[in-house]
Amino acid sequence: MVTLTIDGQKVTVPGGTTVLEAARRAGVAIPVLCHHPDQEVKAVCRVCVVEVAGSRTFQASCAHPVAEGMVVRTNTPALREARRTIVELMLATHPDDCLRCERNLRCELQSLAEKLGVREIHFDRLVREVPGDRSSPSLFRDPSKCIVCRRCVYTCSQVQGVGILHPVHRGYETYVAPGWGRGLMEIACTLCGQCVHACPVGAIGEQDQTAEVWAALADPKKHVVVQTAPATRVALGEEVGLPSGTIVTGKMVAALRRLGFDRVFDTDFTADLTIMEEGHELLHRLKNGGVLPMFTSCSPGWIKYMEHTYPEYLPHLSTCKSPQQMFGALAKTYYAEQAGINPADIYVVSIMPCTAKKFEAQRPEMNSSGYRDVDVVLTTRELGRMIREAGIQFDRLPDSPYDDPLGISTGAAVIFGATGGVMEAALRTAYEVVTGRPLPKIDFEPVRGLQGIKEAEVDLDGTCLKVAVGHGLSNAQQIMERVKSGEAGWHFIEIMCCPGGCIGGGGQPIPTNTEVRIQRSKGIYQVDRELPLRKSHENPAVDQIYREFLAEPLGHRSHELLHTHYTPRARYGPPGGKS
Amino acid sequence: MQLQRAHVLVCHGTNCALHAPQALVDAFRRALRETRLEPEVRVVETGCFGLCEQGPTVVVYPEGTLYCRVSPADVGEIVSEHLLKGRPVGRLLYRDPAAVKTVQTFPEARYFQKQVRVVLRNCGVIDPSSIEEYIARGGYLSLGKVLTTMEPAGVVQAVTDSGLRGRGGAGFPTGLKWRFAARAAGEPKYVVCNADEGEPGTFKDRLILEGDPHAILEAMAICGYATGAHRGFIYIRGEYRLSITMLENAIKSAKELGLLGKNILGTGFDFDVEVRLGSGAYVCGEETALFESLEGGRGEPRVKPPYPTDRGLWGRPTVINNVETLASIPHIIEKGPAWFRSLGTPGTPGTKVFTLCGNIVNTGLIEVPMGITLREVIYEIGGGIPGGRRFKLAQTGGTSGGCVTEELLDLPMDYDTMAKAGTALGSGALLIIDDSHCIVDVARSFAKFFMHESCGKCAPCREGTRRLYHIIDGIAGGRGSPRDLELLELLSRTLYMTPLCPLGQTAPLPIMTTLRYFRPEYEAHFGSGVCPAGVCAEPGGSTKEARAW
Repeated sequence: MVTLTIDGQKVTVPGGTTVLEAARRAGVAIPVLCHHPDQEVKAVCRVCVVEVAGSRTFQASCAHPVAEGMVVRTNTPALREARRTIVELMLATHPDDCLRCERNLRCELQSLAEKLGVREIHFDRLVREVPGDRSSPSLFRDPSKCIVCRRCVYTCSQVQGVGILHPVHRGYETYVAPGWGRGLMEIACTLCGQCVHACPVGAIGEQDQTAEVWAALADPKKHVVVQTAPATRVALGEEVGLPSGTIVTGKMVAALRRLGFDRVFDTDFTADLTIMEEGHELLHRLKNGGVLPMFTSCSPGWIKYMEHTYPEYLPHLSTCKSPQQMFGALAKTYYAEQAGINPADIYVVSIMPCTAKKFEAQRPEMNSSGYRDVDVVLTTRELGRMIREAGIQFDRLPDSPYDDPLGISTGAAVIFGATGGVMEAALRTAYEVVTGRPLPKIDFEPVRGLQGIKEAEVDLDGTCLKVAVGHGLSNAQQIMERVKSGEAGWHFIEIMCCPGGCIGGGGQPIPTNTEVRIQRSKGIYQVDRELPLRKSHENPAVDQIYREFLAEPLGHRSHELLHTHYTPRARYGPPGGKS
Repeated sequence: MQLQRAHVLVCHGTNCALHAPQALVDAFRRALRETRLEPEVRVVETGCFGLCEQGPTVVVYPEGTLYCRVSPADVGEIVSEHLLKGRPVGRLLYRDPAAVKTVQTFPEARYFQKQVRVVLRNCGVIDPSSIEEYIARGGYLSLGKVLTTMEPAGVVQAVTDSGLRGRGGAGFPTGLKWRFAARAAGEPKYVVCNADEGEPGTFKDRLILEGDPHAILEAMAICGYATGAHRGFIYIRGEYRLSITMLENAIKSAKELGLLGKNILGTGFDFDVEVRLGSGAYVCGEETALFESLEGGRGEPRVKPPYPTDRGLWGRPTVINNVETLASIPHIIEKGPAWFRSLGTPGTPGTKVFTLCGNIVNTGLIEVPMGITLREVIYEIGGGIPGGRRFKLAQTGGTSGGCVTEELLDLPMDYDTMAKAGTALGSGALLIIDDSHCIVDVARSFAKFFMHESCGKCAPCREGTRRLYHIIDGIAGGRGSPRDLELLELLSRTLYMTPLCPLGQTAPLPIMTTLRYFRPEYEAHFGSGVCPAGVCAEPGGSTKEARAW
């Protein structure tokens, strides 16, 4: 333990603690900007500088380790002046459009300026005009807003192992972008959107499609149906000020009805259906010497990553569409038939925790209903925006149930929202289908939690099923390398592109960090616990759709509507072309 | 071995190389052949003599006759008069600006009289491409001494006792740095020679490497032995073609003789050196940015601590020393710490190599004991200000140093005294500026340099260096106001205290010091004022600089 003095107070902390952390324990929250609780220290914004006795210069408290007897001051006129000057310098080159910025009121630079009492910018405006990037259907980049904190660089390279974002140019011309001036669609970007969570300002965000949805809702000719992904129900509340992880399923449904959607369905229904299809696909591969290990395919960022990075392993991906796309295909076939509506008039909106889903929905193969299966994908954040714009008092809404039949689901579907959930849901069903016996214990704890890579073995009546679960693409990369080396011997692997799984998706409310992910995960497993049905094969609506429409898992109609194929993609496409 | 009665030393340093000395060498060889003197006279391509202003320089031994500004057309006369008949060619002799008579020989020149050549001992004396000549002058004796008679800790102790401080600019005690690395946990360890000399006006490292490359290799091997490293890198500016050639040649010949590589001198000690080229970023002279660049990344500084001796190149304990620092090492080992301490000042023992540039008669390379005054350097060694102009200021330590005015000329030059005076000894660049220059224009060129060289990693440097330039450019363009000086001071305070690395932290030094000493000259540019030196554009006009920016 090390004892130091911070602003006259003695603090004792473990050696290796940073001054920033020690100050927090002493009750001083030193202002920060490039600091992120989940990331390594960058110390580039220099806003957190403090005075360390004996040091010629100020020290960045986020990086400076404590030392025995160190004397630190955090609040002197010179420090306040320096911090404010640094923020003023950033603001003087920052587009002055806070009121129109999508991060207005959620911007760390804005709140820092407020905190430091910036009332005047002493320097001339010299805005760095850099062309934006709207090449992808998922994300926009506006580098003129980039403050070069490098949080997105860290996320892209270290958390996701993708590494397409770098500082480019030098000096005051520096900003963060893909190399060679390429757009996100011209490189191996997975469109996961984790950079959005890293960004303290509005330099990266999702492509907002709320206007399209408002227009569809206002069009009397359109029958607008909506599906909500599992992870949205424990996150949407944050958009309206509720604590992280609050379960708002019923209120979300009610709000969607108030917004004018004709039917409110649940992606959880097709998540259960995915388990039936994917589970049978796995059993089929096991039985018939198919390509193993099999990977899950619900996460579109993971799919795009595989297409770019491991194209030779595409046959290992389950051919099942993601639950979102299964839903779209069924909404414009099965539901249209049942409801007697011309599928041309049906407009399918998804509420997703994900930015990559916007890309997935517009993949050319996703039109097996004869129409584009999913018309528009909104992120949880975009739905939050619509609810706020409509003035809906979310927390006062009475809970409302989903519509039948595509709204009926089980706890197995809900846990798709957290890492390990698809695996657990699949195991719940596979065990009972293979053994014919009820599960002795429904919770598969080894595949739960935020540990990067989780492994388990399940005895299916003599067959030992070896499974692995990874979340975040750098963990996926490790798993892939172990698969390549042939050492692992896994049969089935679940990968979610985003850390924590979909509850930590790139379309989720800001902030999304480890602490928030933990809360949302708790919410997910609570929903599962409280549902009467917790196994996909027990979902009566699934049973019904097989009886009435699909006939059997992996049947002819399933293949047409619920399964897909993948496209190898280059790491770098031709300049100006699409990767 | 053939003995010759005379040696003709032709400077091949890059400064003289601008005048194509190869043509000079060829002319000498041709003339010697024609006069049949070839067996008696040897032509040697050497490193820099230091008298760059007078280049290309030629010294004829055994007399030590110094010829200046020699062209190939002069060669015939030198050969027929001096080498054949023994009569020096008067019109080519060096004229000491302060002396009445021309100077016949090398040591007579006042330029050399106050100099003490330790680091530059071999520069301009030996053929740097010949390891035999280096060995003949005592080269690799120190390496042999440490490998056969000293323990690693003893080597560290000797360097510590010498009081040697880093000559790259920061003046950190070298022995301490070696001790930290020797004690640090982690394998392998590395020795890095910082030859990314980027400070404008500094060219000492280049001329040391060109003139005496083996001294660096020997020092690096000694450092490797002292700290437990077996691999060394020389990170050098890609533009330093001649230095690179000399180093690569030196590494090759040292390996051939078993002075580098496996089992050096049969002692079982292995040490290898590789040359790595920089791509021109000034910030890569900062040690951690250098590591990033050497590792193949974007040249940007890292957060310190951890310091390089704990986690340096590839995260391993690393000693990184400047060229000049390393060049002192063999001499310290050979002659002992006490001898080294007898030179210079108690706080900064030894000598310092300075490069003289700007408005000074003898631009070039000098080596003097630490503690010499700037006045001695400018007026005695440097020959004063040319053209009858007055001294206005000196920029010491390169662009990141501060400015010194007339009243500070008698300060002894060492790290601590200079720092106390608000400037820096730095890399040893001395830029002398006379009264024809406008202080605002001078400050603007400094600011432009930092704006251009900021790597963009940390916010205050990235944005602040650009603002310094923008504001000063406005003042130069007649758009200034008293508020601008307040802003310059505010920016300078922020930049002095907050950036990630010394580039940003020293960027405001020239601004702060010029503001301190020449404030009225800044103010004269305000409003309807004019530039007192007549350098800046008309008030309100857009200067060339501003357009370029």
